[in-house]
Amino acid sequence: MESVARSQSTVGPDTALPKDATLIYRQSRWTRLTHWLWAISLFFMLLSGLQIFNARPQLYIGKESGFAYNNTVFAIGAENTASGPRGYTEIFGKRFDTTGVLGWSGPAGRETSRAFPSWATIPSYYDLGTARVVHFFFAWILTTTLVVWLVASLINGHLRRDLVPRIGDLRRLPRDFVDHAKFKFHHTREYNTLQKMAYGGVMFVLLPLMIITGLAMSPSMNAVLPFLNDLLGGRQTARTIHFIVMLLLVAFFIIHMLMIFAAGPINELRSIITGWYRTDPPAHGSKKPERSV
Amino acid sequence: MAKFVISRRKFLTSASLGVSGIMLSGCDAFDSQLRVGDGLRSFLEGANGLTWRAQRLLAGDSLAPEFTEADIRQPQRPNGVTAPDDDVYKGLLANNFADWRLEVSGLVEKPLSLTREQLMNMPSRTQITRHDCVEGWSCIAKWTGTPLSLVLDQAVVKPQARYVMFHCLDTIDRSLSGDIKYYGSIDLIDARHPQTILAYGLNGKPLPVENGAPLRVRVERQIGYKMPKYLRKIELVDSFATIGGGRGGYWEDNGYDWYGGI
Repeated sequence: MESVARSQSTVGPDTALPKDATLIYRQSRWTRLTHWLWAISLFFMLLSGLQIFNARPQLYIGKESGFAYNNTVFAIGAENTASGPRGYTEIFGKRFDTTGVLGWSGPAGRETSRAFPSWATIPSYYDLGTARVVHFFFAWILTTTLVVWLVASLINGHLRRDLVPRIGDLRRLPRDFVDHAKFKFHHTREYNTLQKMAYGGVMFVLLPLMIITGLAMSPSMNAVLPFLNDLLGGRQTARTIHFIVMLLLVAFFIIHMLMIFAAGPINELRSIITGWYRTDPPAHGSKKPERSV
Repeated sequence: MAKFVISRRKFLTSASLGVSGIMLSGCDAFDSQLRVGDGLRSFLEGANGLTWRAQRLLAGDSLAPEFTEADIRQPQRPNGVTAPDDDVYKGLLANNFADWRLEVSGLVEKPLSLTREQLMNMPSRTQITRHDCVEGWSCIAKWTGTPLSLVLDQAVVKPQARYVMFHCLDTIDRSLSGDIKYYGSIDLIDARHPQTILAYGLNGKPLPVENGAPLRVRVERQIGYKMPKYLRKIELVDSFATIGGGRGGYWEDNGYDWYGGI
């Protein structure tokens, strides 16, 4: 597939339509493969993770969970009211009614008390043991994929060429903000500054932090790396950070989807499946695209 | 060329529609593949074996973190069975466990039957550790007990033994074939770990009923369900395939991983 497409693009302007010069090989097979492995494993980790959270739908700050004292910062629950059971979400003691989604949800007339609703968890019914099996399986896939991606990206130059921020990126940042806000996208070989920040933030901050806080919750890993929880502020704080990073990854996913739809889903999807990406044709009189195949 | 682009576009469109369709209907289909014994389930469970080996390799003999008296800010939270309703247990409790014995049997040279006094007269270990429940909560407490390794040495474990099985007095579940008493198992590496103790004391006092009196296990590098309460018998085995559902413990037979280091 790759070599066929490559030969097509190198036929050149003599035989092909002029716009084919804008079709470039943008994503290496390593980037594409690891991207989809992440997509699959993050999907399963999110839904099994929400199931695990449902077993104890409270988050605490510190080494332990306060039962005789209060160190709860976040809670989802259900309570009986005059108008029947209601679901609530409590953030720093401030309570919000989230009936139907968080705390109390289910088909009409058959609602149950559960933190995250059935449609957001794996399995759909309450089963902590199974959720752990799924979660830890994909934790291995996710972590292995991250290591493979890092090694491949160091070797094939993806990291240095596409992700490392440069002085120019900083200069472009204000214009990048304006362009994104106007949904005005430039289809180039290079990532723009906000893309670099988003992808770099996920790869080098969010995913490593997810893995570290995950390991910090493992009693056996606490014996191997006792300083980890001291660094993070205790096992229950690590669990809270794990949850917050999940929220940030979900936020990234939503923005990622929005941007793909706004920038042209077919072209974007093609580049992450086949590697080939159509860049904007060079404006008349300007120089050729900075980098092509 | 144009035809090629369109067909690929069609392919991508139908592929993305297909994927979203699978995602919508897939959750229910996935549920049905996840019951204990299913092929997909067993495949995913393979990751637990990997975790076990990896953590054994990394952890070696290292100790679980220990805390200070200042970290004990509340009573140990009890969980699971907190007041066994079994007649045998209630009879033993009424007599303050004077008639209770800890049996040590199975693959040992010298089967034992120990009273609480005998256990308490052996060298003890006191440790302030954090109990991590599989549900997600943690609680710090001070535990006092007899190192399991000393009991195993006294009974002289046969070389073919691989696991320590714990049999308990409390009924955790009822089935058609009768009451199911709590049971669980650990490997001999954890059994001989210096922090693995048979605890009879909690926060400087005798172990209360809700926390497992007269004797419970502490396995500090694993999750709470690996630390049975209301201990009755320790059995050395080479395999737990014939015990209960064959997965090594009550919760394990109900879908929880056998290795609880994570």
